[in-house]
Amino acid sequence: MMKRTSLGNNRLNRKFQELSEKNEAALICYVVAGYPNIPTTNEILSSIVKGGADVIEIGIPFSDPIADGPTIQEASYRALLAGVTPEKSLEISKNIRKKYPSLPVVIMTYSNILQRVGFEYFMKKSKECGVDGFILPDMAIEESDKYVMEASELDLATIFLASPNTTPRRLEAILARTSGFVYVVSVYGITGQRRSFEDYSLTAIRNVKQVVGSRMPVAVGFGISSPSHIKPMIRAGADAIIVGSAIVNIIRNLSGNKKKMLQQIEVFVRDLKKACRQNYLLP
Amino acid sequence: MLSNYPVNARFGDYGGRYVPETLVPAIEELERAYDRYKNDTDFRKELRYYLEQYAGRPTPLYFAKNLTEYVGGARIYLKREDLLHGGAHKINNTLGQGLLAKRIGKKRVIAETGAGQHGVATAIAAAVLRLNAEIYMGSKDMKRQRPNLIRMQLLGAAIHPVQSGSRTLKDAINEALRDWITNVQNTYYLIGSAVGPHPYPVIVRDFQSVIGQEIKMQMEQLSNRREHPDAVVACVGGGSNAIGTFYPFVDDSDVSLYGVEAAGKGIKSGKHSATLAAGSHGIIHGMFTYLLQDQFGQVSDTHSISAGLDYPGVGPEHALLKDIKRVNYVNCIDDDAAEAFLLLSRLEGIIPALEPSHAISYAMELAKNMNRNENIVVTLSGRGDKDVDVVQRYLKMKEKKNEKNRKNEKK
Repeated sequence: MMKRTSLGNNRLNRKFQELSEKNEAALICYVVAGYPNIPTTNEILSSIVKGGADVIEIGIPFSDPIADGPTIQEASYRALLAGVTPEKSLEISKNIRKKYPSLPVVIMTYSNILQRVGFEYFMKKSKECGVDGFILPDMAIEESDKYVMEASELDLATIFLASPNTTPRRLEAILARTSGFVYVVSVYGITGQRRSFEDYSLTAIRNVKQVVGSRMPVAVGFGISSPSHIKPMIRAGADAIIVGSAIVNIIRNLSGNKKKMLQQIEVFVRDLKKACRQNYLLP
Repeated sequence: MLSNYPVNARFGDYGGRYVPETLVPAIEELERAYDRYKNDTDFRKELRYYLEQYAGRPTPLYFAKNLTEYVGGARIYLKREDLLHGGAHKINNTLGQGLLAKRIGKKRVIAETGAGQHGVATAIAAAVLRLNAEIYMGSKDMKRQRPNLIRMQLLGAAIHPVQSGSRTLKDAINEALRDWITNVQNTYYLIGSAVGPHPYPVIVRDFQSVIGQEIKMQMEQLSNRREHPDAVVACVGGGSNAIGTFYPFVDDSDVSLYGVEAAGKGIKSGKHSATLAAGSHGIIHGMFTYLLQDQFGQVSDTHSISAGLDYPGVGPEHALLKDIKRVNYVNCIDDDAAEAFLLLSRLEGIIPALEPSHAISYAMELAKNMNRNENIVVTLSGRGDKDVDVVQRYLKMKEKKNEKNRKNEKK
């Protein structure tokens, strides 16, 4: 059983506490804001919540997403063409906050979106829209002092990423700046659905978990697209599973049939969540 | 002293290292290797050997007598980087980084290219140093710089067309970064401009500084006394030939420095690549610098007649040199660059690349307003063989326009 010493008041910590008491791993689901359009994103999120997602990750589209594969690149590109802005993306968070007061919401985007209007200003606006934290895949810890300080003043989580090639020493430096949860990138690569994972992914999870211990939850993402991926990851020490491109693919493939799309997303999320409930306590 | 930058991976506020975590170990490995080899006698000897025996250094500093007489002002000298093997300054950097990649032990080398000059230079260095090169090139650039595409293929490099975004240099860098994230364990990213996360802007600057160092020495020899040029001019896209030209002069306050950006169809038209003239602070390709972007932080589509200058960011050292006003950053529109291209071809028998044609054009303006005993050096960063199709199309279009205007006048 996970023990956590310093629990803040924010929604993320409460959610992870609640799940750990139930012996469940968390399911974090990602959508690109405004893909295919803002009203549909709101509906998609309802299906995701109905399916059982524990945390919502909203991707604010950026023109040059270097950590993303073709699926999310394409979705971001379409969203931008349709006129989606950071402000409109934050409205989606506001909407969730109204409908689901205790559901944690984190923003995933690139540093320049915050830089453009100022990190502090953007985070304040985000906080007002009910956001609980940030994932910035191009924000290296060396550049993050101001960002981390300002986020912590607003009680926003700064979720940093760790990679299979991150050394234990560097991981400590990452953890010192991380709050909410640490995001383990499961593969050498960019985001995008994968059929299978190599052994090194599980080794990476085990290594991170060993260093992190019970200090904070360990979430795993990049490429996860099936319940069968999830179980070994949880056994290796994952406290949370992040799924993104697989959901975006459903949206793309069924963009002509919204009803079916929403249904399929709900079923898919339910299956993923089911896998998060099983085996959590097994060694 | 300005030449002491970067300090803590930054040129003033600019630079830094905004990269996904997966790349950090590779970038740290690169930084360690570079620190170790940059002053290593064997490394420097080997690099000098390739630069002199293979690439053709030193390049001449040629007094352009006909151009000088035509303009009727300061004496104009051309630093002939166009005479290097491959046809551009890019090989100074690819030989240096290629040797570095070999020492690190990575045989797979990836690179981005805009005009194709860096792609060609990478393919050349990879061939001679026995490395495997894979080049990312925007599909728009593949069309407009086809001769270079064919050269890269002949040299044995694999080409990856990039279809995302604006399908130009910026997107080629994105795709190269994604490849690097995926294959970081066995791959060296050979970046071609003075951009990217630290230490790339330093590495590229240092390997390109041979341009400015030679200019300094050659100027002294030509004048038979310790004399600096009065003005030095280079074109700026990402800014590698410019920083290589400027860096040895940044602490010489008697030398005026001019960086010429591509103003495309005019700054007001929005169709340009003049980042330092019209950009704002932003983060792109791992660095904090000036960036052409919209109010929300989305990177703008850029335009230039020259693919090599068609880039929305700029090297972080240029951002600092702009802020402290050490370098005058100016710009030149497509039409004027094309005029300079034609003029230099006819007056001096030198077909310049469209990129340095921007610098030539500005240098002519500058020369007009200077004394006849003053000296201007322009870095002619590449030759124009790759651009003959583009210029031909440009001339046809212009002819059509003129005809239309004539007809309208008759009416």
